[in-house]
Amino acid sequence: MPYLDHAATTPMRPEAVEAMLPFLTESFGNPSGAHRYAQSAKTALENARETVARVMGAEPDEVVFTGSGTEGDNLAVEGAARAARAQDPHCDRVLVSAFEHKAVLAAAHRLEAEGFRVTTIPVGSDGIVDLAALADALDERVAVVSLMLVNNEVGTIQPVAAVAELLPERAPRAVLHTDAVQAVPWIDVARATARVALVSISGHKFGGPKGRGVLVVRRGTPIVPMIEGGGQEYGLRSGTQDVAGSVALATAIDVTAQRLPAEVAAATALRDRLYAGLADAVPGLVVNGDPARKVAGNLHVGIPGIESEALLVVLDRMGLAAAAGSSCSSGATEPSYVLRAMGVDPSTAIGSIRLSLGYSSVPADVDAALEMIPAAVAQLRRAAA
Amino acid sequence: MTTVLPDTGAADARKPAGAPVLVMMSGGVDSSVAAALLVEQGYAVTGVTLKLWGGESDSGCCSVSDVEDARRVAAQLGIDHYVFNFSDEFDARVVDPYVDAYANGRTPNPCVECNRTVKFGRVLGRADQLGFELVATGHHARVVRDATGCHELHRGADPAKDQSYVLAMLGPAELARTLLPVGELTKAEVREHAARLGLRTAAKPESMDVCFITKGGRKGFLDARTPARPGSVVDTEGEVVGTHDGVAGFTVGQRRGVGVAAGERRYVTDVDATTATVTLGRRADLLRAEVDLEQLTWTGAPVPGDAALVAQVRAHGAGAEAVLHGEVLRWAEPQPRVAPGQLVALYDPVDGRVVGSAVVAA
Repeated sequence: MPYLDHAATTPMRPEAVEAMLPFLTESFGNPSGAHRYAQSAKTALENARETVARVMGAEPDEVVFTGSGTEGDNLAVEGAARAARAQDPHCDRVLVSAFEHKAVLAAAHRLEAEGFRVTTIPVGSDGIVDLAALADALDERVAVVSLMLVNNEVGTIQPVAAVAELLPERAPRAVLHTDAVQAVPWIDVARATARVALVSISGHKFGGPKGRGVLVVRRGTPIVPMIEGGGQEYGLRSGTQDVAGSVALATAIDVTAQRLPAEVAAATALRDRLYAGLADAVPGLVVNGDPARKVAGNLHVGIPGIESEALLVVLDRMGLAAAAGSSCSSGATEPSYVLRAMGVDPSTAIGSIRLSLGYSSVPADVDAALEMIPAAVAQLRRAAA
Repeated sequence: MTTVLPDTGAADARKPAGAPVLVMMSGGVDSSVAAALLVEQGYAVTGVTLKLWGGESDSGCCSVSDVEDARRVAAQLGIDHYVFNFSDEFDARVVDPYVDAYANGRTPNPCVECNRTVKFGRVLGRADQLGFELVATGHHARVVRDATGCHELHRGADPAKDQSYVLAMLGPAELARTLLPVGELTKAEVREHAARLGLRTAAKPESMDVCFITKGGRKGFLDARTPARPGSVVDTEGEVVGTHDGVAGFTVGQRRGVGVAAGERRYVTDVDATTATVTLGRRADLLRAEVDLEQLTWTGAPVPGDAALVAQVRAHGAGAEAVLHGEVLRWAEPQPRVAPGQLVALYDPVDGRVVGSAVVAA
């Protein structure tokens, strides 16, 4: 069954599954203990941390394992904002782009309830944040700026490094956070985030396990924890570590980094063929977001005259998995706030779907999609006529 | 004369074995059992749950536990399950008109509007797109084919749970595509089926009230959406006997909640939104010989003029005998006045089938 929803989640890489198995069976120790069981678990955990650090361009003591990308986003935005205001009550501003992931927007919302002032930076129809507006919004009271590296719906790459350049002069107190959850399989995250204080990623977006993420916290970044207890993860994320998950995440990111150029090339070829075929077969099809500034795995298209909610059901019944908007706990299709923020007109937004490829995509997936999608669209348009 | 055949599943010519059916699953026990029965009868069943109401308190992502219940039942039955987000339509075609109606002194019926515009409107359209000829719900009513192949709507087998009233506005095209499997069962039998199948919704309590009003009640809901205009409460002679803080709280025929001290029981006999006046009277003042109707609909062929009917003006109850003259319904015995905006379900006095519906005119 063709799976074109890698931006929602990816199958685990076999190397990652294999690497984690011993820690689900014989090597079950708690890494915080003193005996040999504990020591072997601790060694595996710290090896995993070193691997992640190397790939992310960080030091091992800058790698904090979290329970998810969402947790990393929450911890980064809320933890840094609260730490900044604790040092200086005037440092109470938070900047986020309008189409951040809900994990960032919800964190900003909570901070707002605590008295922080949140500024939402607009994004353009090309799916790129308005850098001039962001620059204008900076001042010495800004505590946190959070800008995603790659948008989770339309796949556009944001000018995070350019924002990092702006901060020392215009917002010297500001801590820069980037949600890099969608970036890892497609771009050199170490390079893109070299000057970013807080970087969150999630294992299952690149062939690792669900329920394991990382927040890179550069040394000296003021941040307070949200989960407290035994003081694990440098006091920033208490709780016994998931050793198996951490090992699998590290293996997956290592394999991903090694194969990145080849996998990007392969996905780009598949995605471009998928787009060309759909553009031929589906009259009126448009692309959401600037195609020149998207990651290789993302194709986000608007199809006039249909509703994505119906299209996804028809495709699912044909055997093709795709998505509209972002994944939602109930499975309902919510109107996309990302497309609304980009100013996509509502009739296009309602008929837009995300086709996302990944390392496991093969040419047969594209062949099947090019059969199924035009047929499904034709069926829906026939019934609507 | 028509021959009424019971709706016994595979015997119906609408239902070749394996015919695809889209079942609306609310997460309650009735629609859960409806889906289960259709699976047992050999249909190719797909479940769908409608997300109709998020409200401003919703986080934007829906995690309603009813959706989860429906999904779990679908998984248990081994059928596909999807969620359709029709909250925009529900707002525009059910909630907004509900608020407007009360503001204008009418008493709306949101369940009827939802059935008309969403469940048997938007969902049928979506079913067409997805290739489903048939849809099903968990309503307690029966669709039966007569000898000529037409589809009749009858009361459910359980008189206490009969829901034919809220489906009375369906037309022949909708009835021909609709399966109501639990209409053959009593509520106790529905729960027995659910227990037999181990469905997690077996013991779930009934939903009683308007689904989109949770806390604060009807008045709180309406007050938050329309500016209440205080006005006078008068008796049938026009004497002012009290005040109220908005007509939206009042329904013709209502007794409780009339905040005026009086010796005899008083009922709301009229609500005039233009002057913000509520009139109280005795029960006898409520009685009317006839009702003006509008928006007549027919489940099959329109009944001939001056036909004797049974008319039912609320969701439950037996109805009363009446004769329809054009758009005027003349009661056999005077009946309490019915609030403008309410649905009147019209039944054949002989075989009990629903012949049509109308809305009480202002």
